[in-house]
Amino acid sequence: MFSRAYKAAVAIPPIFWVAAFLLTPYLLLFCNSFWSVQGGQVVIHNWGLQNYKNLLHVPVYAEVLLRSMKIAGGVTLLALLLGYPLAYYVAFYAKHKQLLYQLVIIPLWVSYLVRAYAWKTILGTDGVLNTLLQYLHITHGPAEFLLYSPFAVVLTLTHIYTPFAFLPIYAALEHVPRNLIEASQDLGASRVTTFWRVVFPLSIPGVIAGATFAFVLSLGDFLAPLLLGGPSGVMISNIVVTLFGAAYDWPLGAAISVCMMLLVIAILFLTERLEKKWSFT
Amino acid sequence: MTTPAVTSTPVQPLLSINRVAKRFGNNIVLRDVSLEIAHGEFLSILGESGSGKTTLLRLIAGFEHPDSGSISMAGERIDALPPYKRRVNTVFQSYALFPHLTVAENVAYGLKVNKTPKAEVEPRVQQSLAMVKMNSFAKTKPSKLSDGQQQRVALARALVNRPRLLLLDEPLSALDANLRREMQFELKSLQREVGIAFVFVTHDQEEAMTMSDRVALLRLGELEQVASPREIYKSPATAYVAQFIGHSNLLRCTVSRGIALCGSIIFTTSEPDGPAVFSLRPEAIRVAGVATPSEHPRFKATVTRQVFQGATELFELDCAGITLISKIYGARVPTGEGDFEFAPAEIIPVKESR
Repeated sequence: MFSRAYKAAVAIPPIFWVAAFLLTPYLLLFCNSFWSVQGGQVVIHNWGLQNYKNLLHVPVYAEVLLRSMKIAGGVTLLALLLGYPLAYYVAFYAKHKQLLYQLVIIPLWVSYLVRAYAWKTILGTDGVLNTLLQYLHITHGPAEFLLYSPFAVVLTLTHIYTPFAFLPIYAALEHVPRNLIEASQDLGASRVTTFWRVVFPLSIPGVIAGATFAFVLSLGDFLAPLLLGGPSGVMISNIVVTLFGAAYDWPLGAAISVCMMLLVIAILFLTERLEKKWSFT
Repeated sequence: MTTPAVTSTPVQPLLSINRVAKRFGNNIVLRDVSLEIAHGEFLSILGESGSGKTTLLRLIAGFEHPDSGSISMAGERIDALPPYKRRVNTVFQSYALFPHLTVAENVAYGLKVNKTPKAEVEPRVQQSLAMVKMNSFAKTKPSKLSDGQQQRVALARALVNRPRLLLLDEPLSALDANLRREMQFELKSLQREVGIAFVFVTHDQEEAMTMSDRVALLRLGELEQVASPREIYKSPATAYVAQFIGHSNLLRCTVSRGIALCGSIIFTTSEPDGPAVFSLRPEAIRVAGVATPSEHPRFKATVTRQVFQGATELFELDCAGITLISKIYGARVPTGEGDFEFAPAEIIPVKESR
């Protein structure tokens, strides 16, 4: 087989890559979260928990985190409500499965930024939607709440992350053995009963995976709130961006990042266990 | 529903399939199938793959609907009903147990979705599991069971609903030979016990012969013959049946004024003049001797091959260019040319298959 030297040689590039671009930044981030800024100019290396205490004492951080989780939760819910029926239709009824599948995937090739801007064009005061509403005399004057609001953020993120919820659900539904559905009907269950008692339980791992994608990805999003959120739609990542940028408080930004990372790791750990509990193959 | 197994069709059949046809696209799967199933009967639908046997089963279960013709149960049309409105249950080829439910929950499924009173569910599940000797596995998930055990659970799950008709789609094909033989006997005795009509789909003629009251042999979407195993073996209707059930020598003869001629074999027949096909079982051919009754047709043949099979030996005979297979029990068989014979009753005229 392969010699030790050969094995070591092929292992070096990926190890180097992981060390240089993943471990080192994480380590720096972690260290930064215990440092502090002097005079708004220089990061000094005096170790302490001051940043974490700060996060607990200043209510705005908790508020924004809570809002981020609410937005992410809303996006997750909507993505599941849209993604599940779509996945169900494509998996069980669609004549042109591949085509529909591709139609769901294709938007992922379009730049995120372009799609977020598109929503800005649709939702703005002179936007497509407001123009239409006024033209139809449903509203008199532009509806302000459409843009620069948590609503706009949820809408945009739902649009962007629904495919991520769709994919694992679709995969789970495709793997539901068709003879189980026939067995259920054979035993006297209608289509609806069969769905709730057989198809849905067997698709739960996909639902959990899809929900995890939608939640985690939208929780850490900063572009949609930046472009469409306005002051009321600020999310936790916007605060991190500001702290690393204009506010020049890397240590505090790093502390928030570390907290976010721990939160996401906890979520992934939990959902993985849930997925295992519900998988039977 | 406690009538013992019967071989004759009573006045009102349990299920009657009347001139059913089914095609998928351009592929005609069933042409014109009519079949009646009696109460408490064990009927096998036998056929090679592609004969349409599974489609026929799926039509009865309600997973497919016929293009023409009708299916009635106890006089009522059921061919338009969805599967869940038919009093028919199926044991699937791959068992199709619900992986997220325990054995007991699998068996209780049919009762629960049919809104059986709660107090009734538990005892019926227990009773059903007892019938297939699976009580001790009630809380086990199907993935922890062997094929044979899954098979039993699938049976219990189908029977707990007390269907009028149980359909079995090659349920033994995944089992190894020994377990398979054991399950054949168990299935047969279970069927007698519950008195429910079984329709058993298989491609294995031996399995069909050992278990069934009647065998329906399907070929290319048409029934070749429906008869008891004994009858189908003794008097095959067509050349295909004769070949498919057991083995048979097909003699393509020319009949002229009551005399059939085929190679060096000559015998009397009541078939009309012209070409005719006759079936002669390998075990019907014997070595001719002084004890042979005079009315038995005799013929000369040369032994060209000999295959030892334990209790019997197979001989390949050549009689004037026609090859016959004969199965001879412990008799002295001539090497080279010899005299052979068969009883007149054992040469059966059959229809040439399509």
